[in-house]
Amino acid sequence: MARQLLIFLLLWSSSLLETAQQSGTAAMARIKSGTFVPLYGSEKEPVAVQGFQLDKYPVTNAEFLAFVKQNPQWQKSKVKRLFADQNYLRHWASDASIGAEAAKISNSPVINVSWFAAKAYCECQGKRLPTVNEWEYAALASETKPDATNDERFYQRSLEWYSQPNPQYLPPVQKSFRNYYGVFGMIGLVWEWTADFNSAMLVVDARGTGKNGEQQFCGGGSSNATDLKNYVAFMRYAFRSSLKANYTVGNLGFRCAQSTKAQVARR
Amino acid sequence: MKRSSITRKLQLLAIAIYCAGILGACSTQTTEAEKALTAGTSSSKELPVIEAELTAPPLVPAPITRKHPAKVVVRLEVTEVVQKLADGVDYTFWTFGGSVPGKFIRIRQNDEVEFHLMNHPDSKNPHNIDLHAVTGPGGGAASTFTAPGHETVFSFKALNPGLYVYHCATAPVGMHIANGMYGLILVEPEEGLPKVDKEYYVMQGDFYTKGGFGDAGLQPFDMGKALDENPTYVVFNGSVGALNGDNALTAKTGETVRLFVGNGGPNLVSSFHVIGEIFDKVYSEGGSKTNLNVQTTLVPAGGSAITEFKADVPGTYILVDHSIFRAFNKGALGMLKVEGPEYKDIYSGQIMDKVYLPEGATIQEMPLAKAPTAPVAANKDQRLALGKAVFVQNCQACHQAEGQGIKGAFPPLAKSDYLNADVDRSIGVIAHGLEGQIKVNGELYNSTMPKLKLTDEEIANVMTFILNNWGNKGGEVTTQQVAKAKASNKH
Repeated sequence: MARQLLIFLLLWSSSLLETAQQSGTAAMARIKSGTFVPLYGSEKEPVAVQGFQLDKYPVTNAEFLAFVKQNPQWQKSKVKRLFADQNYLRHWASDASIGAEAAKISNSPVINVSWFAAKAYCECQGKRLPTVNEWEYAALASETKPDATNDERFYQRSLEWYSQPNPQYLPPVQKSFRNYYGVFGMIGLVWEWTADFNSAMLVVDARGTGKNGEQQFCGGGSSNATDLKNYVAFMRYAFRSSLKANYTVGNLGFRCAQSTKAQVARR
Repeated sequence: MKRSSITRKLQLLAIAIYCAGILGACSTQTTEAEKALTAGTSSSKELPVIEAELTAPPLVPAPITRKHPAKVVVRLEVTEVVQKLADGVDYTFWTFGGSVPGKFIRIRQNDEVEFHLMNHPDSKNPHNIDLHAVTGPGGGAASTFTAPGHETVFSFKALNPGLYVYHCATAPVGMHIANGMYGLILVEPEEGLPKVDKEYYVMQGDFYTKGGFGDAGLQPFDMGKALDENPTYVVFNGSVGALNGDNALTAKTGETVRLFVGNGGPNLVSSFHVIGEIFDKVYSEGGSKTNLNVQTTLVPAGGSAITEFKADVPGTYILVDHSIFRAFNKGALGMLKVEGPEYKDIYSGQIMDKVYLPEGATIQEMPLAKAPTAPVAANKDQRLALGKAVFVQNCQACHQAEGQGIKGAFPPLAKSDYLNADVDRSIGVIAHGLEGQIKVNGELYNSTMPKLKLTDEEIANVMTFILNNWGNKGGEVTTQQVAKAKASNKH
């Protein structure tokens, strides 16, 4: 019995390896090392971000379907509630089928996935979820500049997206906004999970100025923000703060990251 | 190569075992939601449980008739919806219950409220709620931070009677409020409010769109305008015209009308007024103290007022923010249509319209009307005619009617050698004045010619007139020549 299980696991992991090789790094973009000033906090100290690889596209329904076929424990009916709430993959017809909408959304970002599921997906690709700092750093790029901090039109893109209801069908990942690094859809497609999504210092009532007030966002005045123009970025931090790891949301997807070889060697 | 492949497989195996491990450890967990509901229902068993009736504006739930406290379950759903802000103008409103303002909540002092906040799965953002009727951290906001597709529950006891605003307090707070996330909760005093015939729910809010007032299409939020507190729209009940025409509030003559008035802001305070009515009674700031016979009542952002009046005579009464440009130019207009018999002793209507002839009537001029522009000469004859008028008004007193001057005091213009020798110099004298001694026709003059306030056109005309009279050399002076001569003959 134990022997059978071991054989099964070995077979299963070798098939995972194939998947990992298929997705590979070809669909990833290189994000160069650098620094950025996060919007929170009164300090204007830049935060360093080591160079890393980031998926060019958010994970699609088709890609996630392939994953759950090979990892049945992440299928709709089999996933444990501890790892995903009851809305997990609710836009799919069944465990191994997207259903009638497949033609419209196969290439669209997968949504209604929990942090645990996203983490497992990335790990099974030999990757990981990006950190908040990595994600925010990569998302600061406009079409033409790696750092669009002072570009008001760039912020307007965020505002317009945040204030529009979700479309009935999310567009294919390749059709969304492509930034300086060749990464698509960081702004204007879906919210995305990050590895440390719950590290933001936003409290449940965003107006408090308690003991840790300097690091909290006073949502009304945003008085501690370093860059008031990027007011809309508060919404990403607020959104992440409202999540727990088993939550699934109808416009929350994810993409994977990978440390560079240099980083891995340093560890 | 082979070795690294095996290592890789072992790594993945480790991950697989890890996954299997965490999966096995979760079978006896209950969800957070289940816990919350159990906690919510286990308290205050002695109180009867009532599901709150919530109403969309401008309606309010029926007055509370029970004489005892209850446990009231309020279920409020957050949705993000595109709705009309003005004709042809759409906006993405974030709402409590699908409308702006949100659903009206009516409870009684000392009720215990079990509050459920549901954030619709299609929402893009997390939301929470701060009810000013709550005594406790964040007014409930600290307990209701809700991701899309989730529901949070908390309960509170309504200690104070009054009309209270509720609103979303998720960062960025200003933007959530500016998108319409506010409403009213009435905590009736234990003895209830006095009976009236009609009750309505009216709430003002200011909106900030990228385009100007009336610019068509789905308008995005404008952060800059919001920070500058310069709204594109100021409206009652979420859109221009929400209370106009077919949507007007109604009453019959003789009925008493109570308006629950709120102001969501986020920025402006309201000077709430009903044109043609006097509020018999105002519960100032939605509190317990009443003021009588009020024309306009101030409703702070995040505040309220209850106004009451009797609809004495029929007609259409206009609700406005009496900060009046907001009313007629930004949308803060509503209507109350009162139907029923006339009461001529209170208001006669128009009795007469006749022509009015005030005593000593003269031609009236609008104070801001522009003075008529001076006539411009089209030819030499007109120039001579106009120039004569200038001469009579400005020059004749000193130089005399025939240009003969006054010996020893004012030099002659007639047959003047000084004048005819250099016309440009003479233009300069008119334009700039002249002080000091000059010799004209052999006589010395030492007096002051004042600088005259004449236009170039007037100088050209008067100069032409002088040159063509009293034996002078003739010719025509143009405006262009005046301009040039003025510049080169400064005195």
